[in-house]
Amino acid sequence: MSQSPGRKQENHKISRELFVLTYGALVAQLCKDYEKDEDVNACLDRMGYSIGIRLIDDFLARSAVKKCRSYSETADMIAQVAFKMYLGVTPSVSCSSATGNEFSLILDKNPLVDFVEELPAERSSLCYCNLLCGVIRGALEMVHLAAEVTFLQDRLKGDAVTEIGITFLRKPEDRKHRRN
Amino acid sequence: MADETLFLLLHSEMVAGLYRAAEQGEGENGRCTTKLESMGFRVGQGLIERFTKDTARFKDELDIMKFICKDFWTTVFKKQIDNLRTNHQGIYVLQDNKFRLLTQMSAGKQYLEHAPKYLAFTCGLIRGGLSNLGIKSIVTAEVSSMPACK
Repeated sequence: MSQSPGRKQENHKISRELFVLTYGALVAQLCKDYEKDEDVNACLDRMGYSIGIRLIDDFLARSAVKKCRSYSETADMIAQVAFKMYLGVTPSVSCSSATGNEFSLILDKNPLVDFVEELPAERSSLCYCNLLCGVIRGALEMVHLAAEVTFLQDRLKGDAVTEIGITFLRKPEDRKHRRN
Repeated sequence: MADETLFLLLHSEMVAGLYRAAEQGEGENGRCTTKLESMGFRVGQGLIERFTKDTARFKDELDIMKFICKDFWTTVFKKQIDNLRTNHQGIYVLQDNKFRLLTQMSAGKQYLEHAPKYLAFTCGLIRGGLSNLGIKSIVTAEVSSMPACK
């Protein structure tokens, strides 16, 4: 190749920065358009949902993973394969309930907030990365797994790490299929 | 790589979301294009800063345009500009025969009226990049047949 390997990595980094910068401009524009934080959060979630339902096709095509047999396998897949593929980070997964359908992904490094130092004072309840929640929710729904995804902790709001909670909503007919 | 999928999806979602909001509210079409263009402007400014941190100083305007056509376009859209024309008096035409943001839409004249919405962000991106390199410019786009655009 005419480019040296160092340059290629830099280009890779820059295209990721393009995404991060675009996301930042989007959030800034939404903050200008909507006065209330809840509206901005809802809008980001909706957009994330629409992105998620399309992203899942791309993910399955690129990764060619087999069907997940359990919720914990699904959560691991999201953390270790999907996040790594699209954002370049691998959050750690922990199961936080006895029933086995609540998981949290803990991110110590969130690339989306690379250029954000802190939330402005009047926007203290803004979930900056709410798009991620929508994306995960949309993607899971396309593989017939209903889930609720929210931010449990957010570094931008002063917590130590960023934690995303995924709660799988069990459907009764799903369990019957799984037994077969 | 996978990043460009994310960016493509985010971009189409942004365009759709902004226009949806405008339909519900009282804003007209023009405002959405302006919003998209100004978002592109901010991103372009930031991106060009990160990009040209280590590169040498540009000799002149033509050098800058060549940089945009080759390196900048390759990093953002994974390909170079196919054709650059100029009248040496400040007007440059960049032609991309397979513009990434339009390839998924159609391969001819279908949906032609929706194409400008998808070009607004990129126009802003170029304008922002040029502005941070010290050039004031006006960037317009035209699409005669997808996915080529000027």
